[in-house]
Amino acid sequence: MLEVIVVVFLALGVFFLFVGAIGLLRFPDFYTRLHATGKCDTLGVALVILGLLVYHLFYYSDTPLVCVKLLFLILFIFISNPTATYALMKAAYRTGLKPWKLGDERR
Amino acid sequence: MIEIEFFQTVLLVVGLLIAVTILLCIYRAVVGPGVFNVVAAVNVIGTKTIVLLVLIGYYFERPMFFDIALLYAMLNFIGTLVFAKYLERGDVCSR
Repeated sequence: MLEVIVVVFLALGVFFLFVGAIGLLRFPDFYTRLHATGKCDTLGVALVILGLLVYHLFYYSDTPLVCVKLLFLILFIFISNPTATYALMKAAYRTGLKPWKLGDERR
Repeated sequence: MIEIEFFQTVLLVVGLLIAVTILLCIYRAVVGPGVFNVVAAVNVIGTKTIVLLVLIGYYFERPMFFDIALLYAMLNFIGTLVFAKYLERGDVCSR
């Protein structure tokens, strides 16, 4: 049962990381690429670390305080990754990078 | 009871898959037109590196890697913010 929970968390996280990477490769424009990676990476990283946290709770149950460290890592990523995405997108918009429209060439 | 060999194999496979996603992102970091694409790809690679560090900490059973992962998360965040500000205003220290 425990193996199933851990493997499902890890597989979902790796799936979201792959979706983010493919979006970074395939979308036509800077803004759409950040749209793909900003959300998928946050969720994928959180799911993988959550799976490792469950693994730690059951397998290394003599040192439960390390789980707090992993929880802080998840919390920090949930705050910092969307903030960095927002700052990059605002900087690109202020420097005059035009959004992609249908019919434009990919850049 | 949990078999340790099973989880070692799972951790190895997950780490290798994340390394493949990092390779996919390196294409965008090298080719990507314009400096903003490069900064976005480097930010994504840094985020994936955090997970890779935690996985390495479990695979080799060295808990000190979690501290390195926390430090790397902060460095990645601050670096992206500084790059965004520099690209927007041409100066890091201005208001």
